[in-house]
Amino acid sequence: MAQAKAAVIRSDLDIVIARTLARDTAKALGFGAIDQARIATAVSELARNIFLYAGSGSVTVREIEKSGRKGIEIVCEDQGPGIANLDLAMQDGFTTSRGMGMGLPGAKRLMDQFEVKTKEGEGTTITCSKWRA
Amino acid sequence: MNSLRIPILKIGDVLIASIQIALHDASAVQFKDDLLQKIHDTKARGVIIDLTAIDVVDSFIGRMIADIAAMSGLMGARVVLTGLQPAVAITLVELGLELTGVLTALNLEKGLAVMQRQTDQAEESSDGTG
Repeated sequence: MAQAKAAVIRSDLDIVIARTLARDTAKALGFGAIDQARIATAVSELARNIFLYAGSGSVTVREIEKSGRKGIEIVCEDQGPGIANLDLAMQDGFTTSRGMGMGLPGAKRLMDQFEVKTKEGEGTTITCSKWRA
Repeated sequence: MNSLRIPILKIGDVLIASIQIALHDASAVQFKDDLLQKIHDTKARGVIIDLTAIDVVDSFIGRMIADIAAMSGLMGARVVLTGLQPAVAITLVELGLELTGVLTALNLEKGLAVMQRQTDQAEESSDGTG
């Protein structure tokens, strides 16, 4: 299985680097053009959240396999303030910044699995994955 | 590396910007400012933004495009978005950003035709009331 690759998020330029890493990995794993765009867009949203709310963090991309099916797993981690109200944050249009409030619910719709672990004052880890058709 | 600017060309009273690089947030904001200034300077009636080379439009860039269309409209210039790739159109709608109210066309050529129609209609209606 391929090695995991990570991108550090510290600036808005790193958002582009993270989504390019995700797209390149998805392409190498045989995902089609539309799924590549879905994965890259989801990573762009999540990496932006790291930059906007935590200031810095990381995005790790790896290949996964389950009963012969290949997929991609993305882990977005930060030691930021955490999400005070996760139910609210998962709703379309809710935002505490100047964003559109589409980051989390949008990224969730674009991926197959989506799990958020967050603790106020300690940070947020979002693990999401998509399986190859 | 922050100084990469998107060139904005002028043909008649239409501005054309073809975005060829992956936009990061600061370059998207820069583009918005440059474009609005150029509309002001040239008194352009229309703007075509070509996205043929763009493979990811996330909510930030999507909002920027919607803002540009609204702001240009306030300055009397119509925006037509051209060359949206199928994968980009699909992810935009799935993301929840349908860019309603933004004129679109399949490619640059059709975009120019849309622009021409808009301008003709505007002239006809202003003639009709006179």
